[in-house]
Amino acid sequence: METGHRKALQQLARRELPGLYALARHLAGQDAEDLVQETLVRACRASGKLDDPGAGPRWLRAILTNVWRDRLRARGRRPDELPVDEPEHFSLYATLVEEDPLPYSDTLHVDVLGTFSAQDVHLVLQRLPDHERAPVVLRYVEGFDTYEIAAMLELPLGTVLSQLHRGRQRFERALWECAEESGLLEQPTHGTAVAAGRGRR
Amino acid sequence: MSVPPGCREAVRRLWDHLDRGLEPNHEQQLEQHLAFCRRCCGELEFVRELRTLLRTPTAASLPPDVHDRLDGVIDALGGDESLAGA
Repeated sequence: METGHRKALQQLARRELPGLYALARHLAGQDAEDLVQETLVRACRASGKLDDPGAGPRWLRAILTNVWRDRLRARGRRPDELPVDEPEHFSLYATLVEEDPLPYSDTLHVDVLGTFSAQDVHLVLQRLPDHERAPVVLRYVEGFDTYEIAAMLELPLGTVLSQLHRGRQRFERALWECAEESGLLEQPTHGTAVAAGRGRR
Repeated sequence: MSVPPGCREAVRRLWDHLDRGLEPNHEQQLEQHLAFCRRCCGELEFVRELRTLLRTPTAASLPPDVHDRLDGVIDALGGDESLAGA
């Protein structure tokens, strides 16, 4: 590989390292470091294919997603596996209005969501099965469109749309479960709802 | 938890509406529903907030020791021919 390509890749990788690690944590949890390491090696081997330097951040994230997908398959799991249980329709908004944890608030939904930190959101996402978490993370955390996600996961677009729908439902339900477990309904506090709740248990 | 029967289809489509992923006829139906339904307008705002919550940056979560090890891998990219697949 040319020295110029290598230096450009090193600069890109250093700049994107925190974001890559964050994505790897969402997708692979404890295996995040290993996933980023393999991503860097694979990116090095493919760096000649990166024509547009501006596309570098998304290119690296696509490689990381490919590595994660390949690892999942190597373990006999498939990113397109169908869920055993179809989540029942769930509306967090309707649940909040009915349960009314903050009865004196005019901005109920914002107040409740404001109690979740970035770490809480990460923990809630970890409750989703792999095949639903990945599309939700890639669409709403990373900003890829559904066509790009289908290409990265090597899935039909319809499968990705279906997984996204299920994943959003499960995410809303998991947020509510975390709010209940963390004692949010009894004692609302601003900051780390899930982490604080875990500490109290 | 209950969603009024007349609102169920609209609620199912709110995320796709914000994703600009609805078929034109479904988009038109939803717009018509939102024009008179305060409840669903409230839920639409809530879904917007949920999406913002998902985008909350987590870049600060890279531990220093992990950063150092991965930085070492990046260093090796500059000189290790085996990494480059050469």
